[in-house]
Amino acid sequence: MTFLIKGETETWEVVIGLEVHAQVISNAKLFSGAPTDFGAEPNSQVSFVDAGMPGMLPVINEVAVEQAVRTGLGLKAQINKRSVFARKNYFYADLPQGYQISQFELPIVGEGTIILDMSDGTSREVGIERLHLEQDAGKSIHDLHPSKSFIDLNRSGVTLMEIVSNPDMRSPDEAGAYLRKLRSIVRYLGTCDGNMDEGSMRCDANVSVRPVGSTELRTRCEVKNVNSVRFVMQAIEHEARRHVDIYESGGDIQQETRLYDPNKGETRQMRSKEFAHDYRYFPDPDLLPLVFDDDYVESIKATLPELPDEKKERFMSDYDLTAYDAGVLVVEKETSAYYEDVAKGRDPKAAANWVITNLFGALNKKGISITDSPVSAANLGKLIDLISDDTISGRIAKDVFEVMVEEGEDPEFIVDERGLKQIRDTGSIEAAIEQVMADNSDKVEEYRGGKDKLLGWFVGQVMKQTGGKANPGMLNELLRKKLSP
Amino acid sequence: MSLDDATVRKIATLARIDLADADLAPLAKELSGIMSWIEQLQEVDTDAVEPMSGGTDMTLSWRKDAVSDGGHADKVLANAPEAHEGFFGVPKVVE
Repeated sequence: MTFLIKGETETWEVVIGLEVHAQVISNAKLFSGAPTDFGAEPNSQVSFVDAGMPGMLPVINEVAVEQAVRTGLGLKAQINKRSVFARKNYFYADLPQGYQISQFELPIVGEGTIILDMSDGTSREVGIERLHLEQDAGKSIHDLHPSKSFIDLNRSGVTLMEIVSNPDMRSPDEAGAYLRKLRSIVRYLGTCDGNMDEGSMRCDANVSVRPVGSTELRTRCEVKNVNSVRFVMQAIEHEARRHVDIYESGGDIQQETRLYDPNKGETRQMRSKEFAHDYRYFPDPDLLPLVFDDDYVESIKATLPELPDEKKERFMSDYDLTAYDAGVLVVEKETSAYYEDVAKGRDPKAAANWVITNLFGALNKKGISITDSPVSAANLGKLIDLISDDTISGRIAKDVFEVMVEEGEDPEFIVDERGLKQIRDTGSIEAAIEQVMADNSDKVEEYRGGKDKLLGWFVGQVMKQTGGKANPGMLNELLRKKLSP
Repeated sequence: MSLDDATVRKIATLARIDLADADLAPLAKELSGIMSWIEQLQEVDTDAVEPMSGGTDMTLSWRKDAVSDGGHADKVLANAPEAHEGFFGVPKVVE
């Protein structure tokens, strides 16, 4: 799935690296005891540390450390047992300290990898350069007053993990797959809720282009704070095309920070942070080095859940699923648990088909998640049992499923109540066949005269006669017998 | 190392310090003095010394993940030049 931009003079390849800010799940903030809940009254979750008051000292939250290590382990990354906090200096109204406490030269997590599951079933590996801990900034609100911006510091000091990828991605699709996979991993780990629309996962994309075949890295631009996977993909495509246009008209790209405007479908330069790239990092004198030992890392490793990649492998080997099906089923751990409940003791491929095709379709249509599914795993399992023991046909099963989606009932109850059981007694099927043959004697003649193709038509008519309930195998056999001259 | 006026002007801008033109030259001289002192320190051979990020060999102590603060917006806002409905009010900064 190569993504190339055909220009006037050359064909171009896009080079993408992503920086993701993931808000860590914890009760209190990174360096203070103020709470982290979303949507509280303005400035009600602020300690004097978060407000940048003079004389306040930051003290690190042990859970923030644990969550960063856990995420690093989930990314198969190097864990640095000694890391150092640094001050990243810049001025902004929602940054009361005048600097952000971050990590620079010695981050808590080093190099790792993420495996992308592409929509055609193939996989690709993308390198993680680092993961470091840092403080979130406050929030500016611009539409509450005609001439003022309002600042709420509730988010100030909340723990973020900044996860930086290598410039390994070559298409908007790969960037989308990266974000979805990262979100899946942090959700499995319970280290971040991954909600991009609430801002608990935010993405900056570094984009550059180069002629196909070249290995140079040209000047990149950073597109900031794009708040959905779809917008990230769009922003990358627009930014890449802008670079191509500039290069092809003889211009040059300046390294700069840009904002994506999804309404206009364009990126534009950010004005305020002229000196944004001169952060003057230095080790934070308020904070000693963060140090832990191997036992600590091992104790966290021992509590890691089965992660999406391993689960996918297991689904492929134990259930004989395709890479695509397994990949789809493991994205959310709730979905994979649901699937395993349905598949237990049943044909795993049939279970996968029902979950992926029918259930996902129904949930999408209703716009609800699997945890709110009106069809329980137990009931979907029962429905599959009803097909495999020939109580109902596959076609009727689809109707029963529709009823289950609407009413949430047990499929056995629905089949009984509506009289949908398959007709398996020879007499009733024969009676229906005879009725159809009597009503269509001309067609019977044609069939007997050699028009074999009419068999299908007869099957359809008899099915209709029985309300779709005749056992298809018996129907076919009896029909052939009756029709033969 | 001696700093020129333009560099001093840039440093002042980064630190948001309003600097009169007349102060540039004297400041350049003072900062250059500090820089040459650091240059002198760099003559010390530190090849065998592990880089430090502080003056002690202590490490960070950790805090439990428990909520122990917050709930005092009034105190947080007490010294703010301007506050509106629980928010800090600042000149409009829109991207």
